[in-house]
Amino acid sequence: MRFLLKILNSNRTHFEKSGRLQRLSPLFEATESFLFSGSEVTSSSPHVRDGLDLKRMMIIVVIAAIPAVLMAIYNTGLQANLATSKVALGDFNSWRISLMEVFYLSADSKCFISNIFHGSLFFFPVYIVTVVVGGAWEVLFALIRRRDINEGFLVTSILFPLILPPDIPLWQVALGISFGVVIGKEVFGGVGMNILNPALTGRVFLFFAYPAEISGNSVWVGVDAVSSATWLGDGGVDAVSSATPLSAFADSTLSNIVTWTDAFLGFMPGSMGETSTLACLIGAFILIITGVGSWRIMVSVLIGMTTLSLLLNIIGSETNPLFSLSPLWHLVLGGFAFGVVYMATDPVTAAMTEGGKVVYGLLIGFLVVLVRVLNPAFPEGMMFAILFANVFAPIIDRVFINLNIKRRAIRNGN
Amino acid sequence: MFEEYISIFLKAVFVENMALAFFLGICTFLAVSRRLDTAIGLGLAVILVQTITVPINNLIYNYVLKSGALKWAGLEGADLTFLGLIFYIGVIASTVQILEMVLDKHFPRLYNSLGIFLPLITVNCAVLGGSLFMVEREYNFTESIFYALGSGAGFALAVIALSGIREKMRYSDVPKGLRGLGITFIIVGLMALSFMLFSGIEF
Repeated sequence: MRFLLKILNSNRTHFEKSGRLQRLSPLFEATESFLFSGSEVTSSSPHVRDGLDLKRMMIIVVIAAIPAVLMAIYNTGLQANLATSKVALGDFNSWRISLMEVFYLSADSKCFISNIFHGSLFFFPVYIVTVVVGGAWEVLFALIRRRDINEGFLVTSILFPLILPPDIPLWQVALGISFGVVIGKEVFGGVGMNILNPALTGRVFLFFAYPAEISGNSVWVGVDAVSSATWLGDGGVDAVSSATPLSAFADSTLSNIVTWTDAFLGFMPGSMGETSTLACLIGAFILIITGVGSWRIMVSVLIGMTTLSLLLNIIGSETNPLFSLSPLWHLVLGGFAFGVVYMATDPVTAAMTEGGKVVYGLLIGFLVVLVRVLNPAFPEGMMFAILFANVFAPIIDRVFINLNIKRRAIRNGN
Repeated sequence: MFEEYISIFLKAVFVENMALAFFLGICTFLAVSRRLDTAIGLGLAVILVQTITVPINNLIYNYVLKSGALKWAGLEGADLTFLGLIFYIGVIASTVQILEMVLDKHFPRLYNSLGIFLPLITVNCAVLGGSLFMVEREYNFTESIFYALGSGAGFALAVIALSGIREKMRYSDVPKGLRGLGITFIIVGLMALSFMLFSGIEF
């Protein structure tokens, strides 16, 4: 590390004011604070001595997302291998399978390494495109606007691939992250200023722009030729915002398709990172322990979801079997757990007041169930619920701030 | 029966939101959403005017304009639907005028808090749109009341949410070219995306 520091220090003068490469100073700054920590020291009071800066906070979220990433890689490979084994060899050609053969691996769903390898070939192209394209936008904005490059993109770039289906064309990944970063964040002034979660903004854009590639039955397993032959194609569990008509699912039929344990552990098709509730719970544990993610939001989303789904269970419906879907199933299906842990708790777009967080969480919980059960147009509602709550978060905060002001005024006898 | 009215109301608020699904009344929507209190004022004014004018226009349509509606006056074959626009605008403009005078005289506080928004509403296309949708969907009198309440409340909800966002964004460092209305258009677009949540729900 020492020699890196030396290189940085010896080149520092070029990037400072009146240096030759002054325009590129955000790049220098980003490299320096990524490797070490920023050299800048505040020159006037107040000085806050605190280890938690933006960089550390974002890194913690990235660490919390690692269980989900690992599960995403393993499960995507597993589902692809399962699907491959269902058709005769040679019915399709996939560069991934060819590449695996180079390493003497076959698409065997029982082989751990094969699953991991196959899954990596799905996950990493999407991740790399996200980082390169999104990062390019970040750097471009930083250079033109003469701002420092912010660490916020680290989080967006790791969450965005996780909410995409494995089969998504890479140019759409590029388009989606561009929309998310530019329209969702940079036009508002960058990290901390955006009103909607950038990763979800990118996804909702793709969802309405290219519904065929991001919803339906065929996109959730990575192997093209066979996707409709999988049990998902027979009308399986809803993956996030897939257009699968969930009409046939009462609890009983659902458990014929996938067991609750499998759904909890994440062995079912879906968007890459969202299938495993267990991985999300580990992430939630890390976020809550470190205080980065708000437990109030997570708990109140759960309460909201449980309340409404129990209510719908009691009301019941003869025509819509989804009414009887229990809260336990709502928890493990689709993007619920992932959304609660990583998306709803985004400190920028969530409500900020303590009371506001509760209302914000309850709103998300209600809306998820509302969309899943009552809206035939979208089988999954986590993405919409969070975006909708994001829109109303400032108003919720405002109400609680005003309440606080009033309470204090009364307490002080004014 | 009552359920039907509730469903008309909810549909008008969420699914067919005047501002975010039809983009009606956008001029006032954008111009008067800078501060929360003015936004609340505008929202209340729209609800009030909407709930008065849509039912009145409903009566006018059903008993004067609709083909064969003038039976009670002995004019069986008369079809005056082509006069619709003029009638509705006339009703809206005069209602607003009368309302303004009544409020000024009897409820000065409410009048002051609504301020400029009352006259502004005369030209708000969400209000005219409400009357036209009411005719198109052939609501009866009671239905038209609930529809008017719903569409007004939907507009109020949207404008209040927008003003909350814009107040929060006061310290945002928006690129120069987008400051003001530019970024507001983008926000409204993103809000409309999130309101897609309700599209497709059958209440």
